[in-house]
Amino acid sequence: MPKTLYDKLWDEHHITTYNSGESLLYIDRQYLHEVTSPQAFEGLTKKGLLPWRLNANIATPDHNVPTERGSDFSMESIEDEISKIQVVELDKNCNKFGIKQFDITSLNQGIVHVIGPELGYTLPGMTIVCGDSHTSTHGAFGCLAMGIGTSEVEHVLATQSLKVSKLKNMQVVFNGTSSKGVTSKDIVLYLIGQIGTAGGNGHAIEFSGSYIENISMEARMTICNMAIEGGAKVGLVAPDKTTIDYVRKHSELSSEILDLAEQHWVSLKSDLNASFDKKIEIDVSKIRPQVTWGTSPEMVIDFDAIIPNPDSSSQDNKKNIELAKNYMGIEADQKLTDLKFDRVFIGSCTNSRIEDLREAANAVDGKKISINIIEAIVVPGSGLVKQQAESEGLDKIFKDAGFIWRDPGCSMCLGMNPDQLKPRERCASTSNRNFEGRQGNLGRTHLMSPVMAALTAINGTVSNPS
Amino acid sequence: MKIQGNELQIKGIVAHIDRDNIDTDQIIPTEYLKSIKKFGFEDYLFDGWRYLDGGRLGMKKNDRKINSDFILNNSPFDSATILLTRDNFGCGSSREHAVWALRDFGIKVVIASSFGDIFYNNCFKNNVLPIVLSKEDVDKIFNISEKEVVELSVSLDAKKIVFSDNVEFKFEVENNLLERIIYGLDDVDLTLKDKQIIIDFEQKRMLEKPWIYAND
Repeated sequence: MPKTLYDKLWDEHHITTYNSGESLLYIDRQYLHEVTSPQAFEGLTKKGLLPWRLNANIATPDHNVPTERGSDFSMESIEDEISKIQVVELDKNCNKFGIKQFDITSLNQGIVHVIGPELGYTLPGMTIVCGDSHTSTHGAFGCLAMGIGTSEVEHVLATQSLKVSKLKNMQVVFNGTSSKGVTSKDIVLYLIGQIGTAGGNGHAIEFSGSYIENISMEARMTICNMAIEGGAKVGLVAPDKTTIDYVRKHSELSSEILDLAEQHWVSLKSDLNASFDKKIEIDVSKIRPQVTWGTSPEMVIDFDAIIPNPDSSSQDNKKNIELAKNYMGIEADQKLTDLKFDRVFIGSCTNSRIEDLREAANAVDGKKISINIIEAIVVPGSGLVKQQAESEGLDKIFKDAGFIWRDPGCSMCLGMNPDQLKPRERCASTSNRNFEGRQGNLGRTHLMSPVMAALTAINGTVSNPS
Repeated sequence: MKIQGNELQIKGIVAHIDRDNIDTDQIIPTEYLKSIKKFGFEDYLFDGWRYLDGGRLGMKKNDRKINSDFILNNSPFDSATILLTRDNFGCGSSREHAVWALRDFGIKVVIASSFGDIFYNNCFKNNVLPIVLSKEDVDKIFNISEKEVVELSVSLDAKKIVFSDNVEFKFEVENNLLERIIYGLDDVDLTLKDKQIIIDFEQKRMLEKPWIYAND
């Protein structure tokens, strides 16, 4: 029977199926960060267990870390005492158990989903988990990668396996070429607008089509990263030459072992007649720049379109729209282009890679940010991204335009560190969630691409990027 | 059969929140994820809706400005054990803290027309039962719950929700998931009972896919 890529990855890692119907899946790699791991380590200690396979685990602090660190910064320099405890706890646990950690002083520190691929720890065909829903990012390499809860983090530490039920298969085919000013962020936001935030529930989404074939690994990661925003905890792209070139560039494995691996990796694709439970085809040439207006990623429209009106919406949707418009401070007839922005955030596991920073820098080169913008920050995804950007002079372009150039971390995507919105501030953000309070209590988030966010900093409002 | 974990009947007052897509950031905001404990999240459940001020980890309910319009701040809903809501409850982040906050508040059952996948799984690790009902059935309970205080009885073994007037709603849930709640099972212990199958699988994989282990 023809199999999908997800079926093949499932079969390759399937240890057993219990009488209950649940399966045990072998886990190749676990990424750990400071927020969702302390209780898992505590559980391990209480049971008197050690990690099953130490080197399957890679840790880094990212959620809580301040992004204005400069030189001589250490864990002890974190001013928020509660944040500090969590970062110190990760360090203690990694030392206690012997887990490899890129700590706050390491050049390799960064957002887990940025450093995993760039340090060569994410390899095609792996099963990858992390106590973080954006683990779907690694699916861009043809990995069965998903976010898990803390109890499951403990289970994977202790048993190198995960108890799961098999997901259904969903195929999203993106064909065509995107218009000028339209990025992979716009493409995935558009998809979420079409299927809704529950559209992929219970499914693994495989992204394919000529558009996907022609984009970079960075762009594929942006799309798989947001699969979870469409409800799918697993997003996938079949490995191809682009994938293998990226892995060869970033991996420290010998060429002999990579040659051997490549023979396997090229087989990781859906069979020609494989059947999917759901299938969607989208012509990307028709997609225009997307910006969210509400409090859920599915509340997204063309940047210059009319914001939905509750009075002309179905009864089901009416209340959701009213609540969202009220929270976002949007008046009845306002368009996105009428809204005045206060802050700009370029960063997050969705859009903080070198390509994102290049696109944003290109859009602001030689310009100045609007006087209406209180602060515009650029937060590279990792120490290596920061170093690369600086070697290309991108930091200078940003700083000359009035942006603040920061140190790596999750930052204002979720505001666990000092980077937060104040109540009712409106932010142009390249992150992944516009939920109420996500970037700070009563903050208002509009999701968009790095180019769009960069231009919003310049103009003070959203405008046409092309 | 010997019951070590929980009762097979859960009775209680229903609190309703009439919204779709309630994400885990609403259930518990990121500020409280700074805790390194697994308990003590009851005062932070639905923090953004329950209070009129912004909170910090360590602050207690009494230190805060209460939003008296929010259902869980009003008697008898402040002692609700069943939460009724709409589509895609628990979407968003994987934080298990969302389930810990519901559990610590006293919520034992969440009824919705659908759930976010990761949240749904996390519930069963913490003795919280997520029940999926059709939109029509959810509507029926909402219609009553918005007019009067509803008390429901949930039968875990019979997989049904019983109204006081004997109106019943059957629900589906995988037996293996339900058993975790009924018996309070711990997955790590269960899996390690037969660890040889993992050892065998891993040894075979090391030979077949050596690149996975090349950094070990």
